[in-house]
Amino acid sequence: MAVTFTLNGKPQTVDVSPQMPLLWVLRDSLGMTGTKFGCGMALCGACTVHINGQPIRSCVTPISSVGGKSITTIEGLSPDNSHPVQRAWIEVDVPQCGYCQSGQIMTAAGLLKKTAHPTDADIDEAMHGNICRCGTYQAIRHAVHLAAQYQAAAEHKGTVAANTEAHAVEGGAQ
Amino acid sequence: MSTTISNPKISDRKFDRRSFLKAGVATAGGLFIGFHLPESNKLEAAPTSAAKLNAFIHIGSDDVVTFTIHKSEMGQGPLTSVSQLLAEELDCDWKQIRTEFAPVDPAYGPLQGTFGSMTIRTCWDPLRKAGASARDMLLDAAAQKWGVAKSQLRTENGQVINTATNAKLSYGSLADAAGKLPVPAKVAVKDPKDFRLIGTSPKRLDTLGKVNGSTGFGIDARRPGMVYAVLARCPVFGGKVASFDATKAKAVPGVKDVVQISRGVAVIADNTWSAMEGRKALQVQFDEGKNANLNSAGIREQFAKLAEKPGAVARNDGDANAALANGAKKLEAVYEAPYLSHAPMEPMNCTADVRADSAEVWASTQIQTAAMGMTAKITGLSPDKIQIHTMFLGGGFGRRGGDDFIGEAVEISKAIGKPVKLTWSREDDMQHDLYRPASYTKFSGALDKDGWPVAWTTRVVCPAFGGMRDGVARTAVEGIHDMEYAIPNLHVDYHPPDVDIPVTYWRSVGFSQNTFFVEGFLDELAVAGGKDPFEFRRHLLAKSPRLLGALELAAAKADWGKPLPAGHGRGIALSNNIGSFTAQVAEVSVEQRQLRVHRVVCAVDCGHVINPALVEQQIQSGIAYGLSAAMKGAITIDRGRVVQGNFNHYDVLRINEMPVVEVHIVPSQAAPGGIGEASTPSIIPAVANAIFAATGKRLRKLPILSEDLA
Repeated sequence: MAVTFTLNGKPQTVDVSPQMPLLWVLRDSLGMTGTKFGCGMALCGACTVHINGQPIRSCVTPISSVGGKSITTIEGLSPDNSHPVQRAWIEVDVPQCGYCQSGQIMTAAGLLKKTAHPTDADIDEAMHGNICRCGTYQAIRHAVHLAAQYQAAAEHKGTVAANTEAHAVEGGAQ
Repeated sequence: MSTTISNPKISDRKFDRRSFLKAGVATAGGLFIGFHLPESNKLEAAPTSAAKLNAFIHIGSDDVVTFTIHKSEMGQGPLTSVSQLLAEELDCDWKQIRTEFAPVDPAYGPLQGTFGSMTIRTCWDPLRKAGASARDMLLDAAAQKWGVAKSQLRTENGQVINTATNAKLSYGSLADAAGKLPVPAKVAVKDPKDFRLIGTSPKRLDTLGKVNGSTGFGIDARRPGMVYAVLARCPVFGGKVASFDATKAKAVPGVKDVVQISRGVAVIADNTWSAMEGRKALQVQFDEGKNANLNSAGIREQFAKLAEKPGAVARNDGDANAALANGAKKLEAVYEAPYLSHAPMEPMNCTADVRADSAEVWASTQIQTAAMGMTAKITGLSPDKIQIHTMFLGGGFGRRGGDDFIGEAVEISKAIGKPVKLTWSREDDMQHDLYRPASYTKFSGALDKDGWPVAWTTRVVCPAFGGMRDGVARTAVEGIHDMEYAIPNLHVDYHPPDVDIPVTYWRSVGFSQNTFFVEGFLDELAVAGGKDPFEFRRHLLAKSPRLLGALELAAAKADWGKPLPAGHGRGIALSNNIGSFTAQVAEVSVEQRQLRVHRVVCAVDCGHVINPALVEQQIQSGIAYGLSAAMKGAITIDRGRVVQGNFNHYDVLRINEMPVVEVHIVPSQAAPGGIGEASTPSIIPAVANAIFAATGKRLRKLPILSEDLA
């Protein structure tokens, strides 16, 4: 069955069994191995990707259900490690073995999209489905708060830039 | 230039044994130095007693310094810490470092691998010497080039500087000439007061690839023409395939082949999911063998029965029986711990490409020598025809010292004549693990009239692995027979039960259960003698300065003795394992049978610290791993098979359960200890003792579940 969707901003068509989970389409059919297999039952979060901006578990998402949708994986989060969550993860040096971190980062990015300044309770609620056996949880918590600051700063800068541009345009019109 | 990390792609350079023993100019140009490093014979390694190590430094004419790391990166940070040892003495530019994983070569020693928290302990001396030796050759090359005395030269940040003229030569420009010089017979290493890198926390060298998905773990290996496999194994330990019918499996779209190998029936497909679907459709009859009726209750019964009679003596000080009889107060208790799975996030997997005259294996392995041995055995090829590519490990914890998953992939590739990636499902991983053994351990102790212990006996019943000596498996009694508490009459004995469940090393090995037992029973004695648990330990450790130092620091930082809210309690515990000394205070609350660990203060004396941030990471990590065992983990057996299959029935610690962890390092100039397994043992009794302080309930069996807190 041919399914067409948007993958990291580009159109993508695959012809596979309709029940094949998105995880294995990404990893085996498309060679995008940043998304990880951990449990196959949506119990650990290692396979988390975004569909239309929402974090989902790709290991239990049949490919037939993603037609026409927009999928973002860890590889597509930013071209240069510049997403606020990636910057915070680098600053805090969160990963140890690193295997769960694609999923952790995708879940954290989803949280910050919805909740710009999450509390510890918000972080627990959003991220308790993502297991880390190396126990980087304390670093993750710290990094999510830092990422929220980076995101706010970037938005502020964006607003200032937009305002400056607007003033310039207004000025030019006068 | 930013720090760049090469993926675990093994370079095309070929080595022979001689190339490790002397310096030479690498084919690509540049200084390529191999070091045959002295064997460390003081540390008892698992499973054999010593590891011979090697390290390399490659300096390109472009000034890039490549460190070949012979240790597996499973999160504990050797890419960074081992590089710090080399770079400190080499005086190179940290930003110009690349790392790659070493190939397997006998010159690395009889057991090339990463285990026992031994990386820094075994690399500390030889790798600093390796760095210093390379630096010395660069100095010689510069002295010859300038025609000046070596004594007027110094090095800094990848350059040799002529102190008379301030002229500079980069390491890259000297590398070719230096590579032709002899390796100095003897080199001096820096005085620790001159360290610039050791003792600091540069950023981990492996972070970038782990935040953008580009790091290559074992499961990410891909080869041209590769097929995908899963294996149907007998669910009962020791059972085997009796017969199978592949008709339905082969009818599943994507399935290409079904082949039997020694450990089961492999389903081969053009993707992992089709292989899994094919396995569901496969019809296999197993001969379940003699373990078909094995179950947890029967195993425990066997253990308890053995505990009734004396076993092989592991330690005997004074006359424990007489002292027990004469003590003013006597206590007895049985402590128990279950089988545990390692459950690393990356399930077992291996990619193998067996050809007629050569073979390659891509694996996240902790023991490269075992991977090589298994591949050579199955293929019949000599090791020089085999390449083992070490990939990043998605967690190890001891599990990846096994060669079972490697053997399976090699057998399948050999059978089908193609490169194949074998992936274990989570259920495969949990139900065919090599487990942390269960233990049933009986204690008795006696106090004198002042409440101080005069007698202590322990009888350990725990499956053996890693070799026996005088009837005792060290892996089963460590943490008990070597405890440092000054008790004049002490007796420890041991029984190895006969159970057909494969067991192996699990983060902190015997300490993972024995420290819970010892620190729990010791707490019981303290309470029975009317003593404060901290002061009781302090008194008994008067002659153990490093443990005492950690204990006192932890207690001070944790506000030991300061009142807590009702329902809260503090517990204290310590361990002396992997050459490090660790004490922890846990603060918990129990409300409506809900245990919450709020805060953990950990003090560790791990000797000279190479990278404080990595120490802190490993302490946090070991605590999270230990808390999973304290509060959640248990593998149980029914009809010869493991009951649990996935994280729904074998849950692990999650972010909402992670306490605030404070790490305090005891300043020390002693030789470095290990760190990867330092904090796992003592967190478990610290929590159990804190529950006692909060509730008065003494818990002697793991895991501690909600129903135990009623």
